[in-house]
Amino acid sequence: MSADVLRLGRYDFVSRLIVGTGKYPSLDVMQAAHDASGAEIVTVAIRRINLDDAGGRTLLDYIDRDRYTILPNTAGCYCADDAVLTAQLARELLSTDLIKLEVIGDAQTLYPDTRGTLVAAERLVAEKFTVLPYIGDDPIACRQLEELGCAAVMPLAAPIGSGLGVCNPYSIAIIKQRAKIPVIVDAGVGTASDAAIAMELGVDALLMNTGIARARDPVLMATAMKHATIAGRQAFLAGRMEKRLFADASSPMQDLIGTQAR
Amino acid sequence: MKATINGRAHELPGELTVAALLELLGSPTSGVAVARNDRVVRHSEYSSDVVREGDRLEIIQAVAGG
Repeated sequence: MSADVLRLGRYDFVSRLIVGTGKYPSLDVMQAAHDASGAEIVTVAIRRINLDDAGGRTLLDYIDRDRYTILPNTAGCYCADDAVLTAQLARELLSTDLIKLEVIGDAQTLYPDTRGTLVAAERLVAEKFTVLPYIGDDPIACRQLEELGCAAVMPLAAPIGSGLGVCNPYSIAIIKQRAKIPVIVDAGVGTASDAAIAMELGVDALLMNTGIARARDPVLMATAMKHATIAGRQAFLAGRMEKRLFADASSPMQDLIGTQAR
Repeated sequence: MKATINGRAHELPGELTVAALLELLGSPTSGVAVARNDRVVRHSEYSSDVVREGDRLEIIQAVAGG
């Protein structure tokens, strides 16, 4: 069997679990959780430095760049211009053309601004970024992002940080059926079964942060998510049995011992 | 000379390079990236790119996020 590789633009990965760096109880716990997750890609955010308190150890000191590919995001951007500038700064800072594009439309739901996302995606593709856009579970928006040249689409399973799991598996399945680029479920995965369900739909990878970071034991949950992602992928590749309404005995129904006629 | 740095008004002694500005602010030069008037200033341009009256600067770093 040939290797089951996740290809994002010109980059290949074996792990199908992408993890965040936010909300951990400490950076040491984050580092241990990253290790346990088996992830090869970790996300970071881009923010203004605090001019009153510059210096000291920073997040990047806790990420081994020989081991992990860093995926900067444009989280917190509410318009295409801010997202594009953030992506350009991230490229300069981290020497990567990978960008997790987020253009947020609303602070309470953190749902994406689809129009802003499309505008920013087009500009970033033109600037040779490998664009991985966060988007709603909307097959049409995903198709449009693919047509613009994005390297993957990243529909949400549920609102960011909600842990509600795959709220609309039908839309995710439609997106996956029609996409020619990888589909990465981003946001909403709360526990291992959610990860497995998403992967069983056939999506190519998962991106999660809060589901691991806000578990009581983030390192143990990272381990669980690793196994669930692999299990879901394998189950998808294996092809599940057909569901049936009535029982179908696993043991032979012939040559039964019978003391009474039936 | 006035300039806006990370959204805050700053009074600077006069025109200065991005490298000199970072030193003045006590900012590290590695682990940060800079934009001046919405254009990224490459690391290689820090000692040649000049900050002028009214410029808007963004100095950013990577932080924890998802």
